[in-house]
Amino acid sequence: MSENEKYLLKVEHLKQYFPVRRGFKTIPLKAVDDISFSVKPGETLGLVGESGCGKTTVGRTLLRLYQPTAGRIVFDGDVLFDSGEQYDENGKVVLGADGKPVIGNKVDVNMLPYRKQMQMVFQDPYSSLNPRMTVEDIIGEPLDVHKLYRSRDERREKILGLMELVGLNAEHAMRYAHEFSGGQRQRIGIARALAVNPKFIVCDEPVSALDVSIQAQVVNMFEELQEKLGVAYLFIAHDLLVVHHISDRIAVMYLGKMMELADADELNENPIHPYTLSLLSAVPIPDPETARKSKRIVLEGDVPSPLNMPTGCPFRTRCRYATEQCAKEMPQLTDRGNGHFVACFNK
Amino acid sequence: MQGNGNEELKKKQFLSAQVDLSKFNSAQFEAATDEEKKQQDVMGESTTFFKDGMRRLRKNPLAMASIIILLLIIVTIIVAPHIVPYKYYEIISVDGVRDKSASNLAPFTYSKLETQYMKKTGEKLFPHILGTDSLSRDYFIRVIYGTRVSLSVGIVASVMVLMIGLLYGSIAGYFGGRIDLIMMRIVDIIYSLPDMLIIILLSVVLNQTLAPFIAGTVLESLGTNMISIFIVFGLLYWVSMARLIRGQILTIKNNEYVLAARCIGTKNGRILRRHILPNCLSVIIITTALQVPSAIFTESYLSFLGLGVSAPLTSLGSLANDARAGMQSYPHRLIVPAVTICLIVLALNLLGDGLRDAFDSKLN
Ligand SMILES: Nc1ncnc2c1ncn2[C@@H]1O[C@H](COP(=O)(O)OP(=O)(O)O)[C@@H](O)[C@H]1O
Ligand code: SF4
Ligand SMILES: [Mg+2]
Repeated sequence: MSENEKYLLKVEHLKQYFPVRRGFKTIPLKAVDDISFSVKPGETLGLVGESGCGKTTVGRTLLRLYQPTAGRIVFDGDVLFDSGEQYDENGKVVLGADGKPVIGNKVDVNMLPYRKQMQMVFQDPYSSLNPRMTVEDIIGEPLDVHKLYRSRDERREKILGLMELVGLNAEHAMRYAHEFSGGQRQRIGIARALAVNPKFIVCDEPVSALDVSIQAQVVNMFEELQEKLGVAYLFIAHDLLVVHHISDRIAVMYLGKMMELADADELNENPIHPYTLSLLSAVPIPDPETARKSKRIVLEGDVPSPLNMPTGCPFRTRCRYATEQCAKEMPQLTDRGNGHFVACFNK
Repeated sequence: MQGNGNEELKKKQFLSAQVDLSKFNSAQFEAATDEEKKQQDVMGESTTFFKDGMRRLRKNPLAMASIIILLLIIVTIIVAPHIVPYKYYEIISVDGVRDKSASNLAPFTYSKLETQYMKKTGEKLFPHILGTDSLSRDYFIRVIYGTRVSLSVGIVASVMVLMIGLLYGSIAGYFGGRIDLIMMRIVDIIYSLPDMLIIILLSVVLNQTLAPFIAGTVLESLGTNMISIFIVFGLLYWVSMARLIRGQILTIKNNEYVLAARCIGTKNGRILRRHILPNCLSVIIITTALQVPSAIFTESYLSFLGLGVSAPLTSLGSLANDARAGMQSYPHRLIVPAVTICLIVLALNLLGDGLRDAFDSKLN
């Protein structure tokens, strides 16, 4: 089995800088800065981090809804995007004789055929559905675009099948999205993503806008659909509990950078990175007795603005273990055994 | 399709690669009961967005009353000139003789000459429903023509505003960035001009410069004032429309459903047609509807200042202006055009609000 076949999706050194105007100058907002990870077929990779750390941008960039600033995206053995930079074993850009990065083969494919393989479920169940369209047309749009039916009857049949699949009443096919509750709307969004039978879905905080009482239902549905259809997820959330429940592996992000990546249970039982530790201690503990005994690590200070990022490790302004080295360079993600990757000098 | 049974569903499974229908038990595909079918019918009716909105509009009594009032006014101004035998510019004459005694008649009265004529021939002359004005012209027919002029000014001006605003606003909204920045600064400048002052100045200037150009054409009967009103509307009032449309397109462009459509692989043209335009269409229509009364109001205002249509053509505003002179003795000549303006403006505003409530699904 070759390296490419082991992974469904491989993202390497992905960068997404947004140009932001400050007065007359345009400066880059480093929403995603040099992130690498991979997703195996049928697995769920959880992606956590505080709001604003670039999770949504990762998902949208790897689906090519934004043009990546740099990096390489490989899906199912096909290179979808490659900005051409080369990296050595230490993760440093290979520089040429002139001091500029060596640029190899650039790749930028037409995404249309891949839209059938990679899909997205959006965070906001209200703005992600067109209020002028019926459920039938919303779910039918991917079928129309990719011409996935031969007759009107077949189209309708597929749509109703998808509605049943996500637990919607097929009789509501003619209704408008605004006639549904948040949970039902999210199901419509999931049905739309499933319509093309994708291998991989980015789920961008699909439950965080929902009522707590129905979050579990929807999360369970994601799990059931994965069992039935074998689809892989990049499951984004800012809530570690939800992510831990659904994920096989979890990646932790902070200010556009990857801090830690490990199996879900491993990360929960043996967190290494100082930021992950603070995230875990922020998870509410149901039993007040244990809660009192456990030492909570309260994060001091605010998240720095992504426009004014600290040098070196972005977490150093809030980190108890920060040393001089942390201000000088960004620690690389290194393997601590068992596929547990951590980017930290001192832990 | 629910009645087809399991057999056919299994056969079609080859084509429908996405969803393994065999995973559903047959109970879910039982034939629909009559009651369920009826439910489907009821829902089937609400499929189009337009029908849905119309249903809500019909439930709004104020909007419906406005529609009825507007329809009555429109029917009247279309039909009345065919029934009333007088012309708006015509001085009452009896038997081809100018009737000097027919000035300033009260409603439903006849002049001396007319009474004599009726006695002599036994013929019944058409009554002066609102009497006559100081130049012995039938006032009712003048109000009818004034309403015609005022309404057409409103509609033509609004359509002009819509076209300029739509073009300008959508270019700024679509392309964004620097183009948007420059285009919107121009809008800001026009917006900051005191519009009434500009209108009055432009009317005066245009009046003099336009006169030689339109001499002898159809436009002459409209008068230079009227044409300058249109130009002024076209020049000044499109800015708020352009702003609105740009704002609409900008917000809709950022909605996640547009992103979702791109994620699906939908092409730009289809995104525009299916996602962006339908979502700002109602706002555009409603704003245009609300622009009509504002144009009517401005025209009346200008006519009242003596900058409106040229005599003998008239508008509701000029009628009111003319009536000021005899306000004490003939108050109905002021009240009738004033009330007509109010009715039209109020009805159009209420209708616009009703349309907004019915068609702007975000409010539902
Ligand atoms: N289209 C954009 N243009 C400019 N800045 C953006 C854009 N999208 C996101 N950002 C910025 O990038 C950062 C990361 O945003 P996002 O990916 O939405 O974070 P998250 O999903 O983790 O909350 C934020 O600071 C946000 O303001
Ligand atoms: S690298 Fe330094 S600043 Fe960053 S997390 Fe580790 S100890 Fe803290
Ligand atoms: Mg987000």
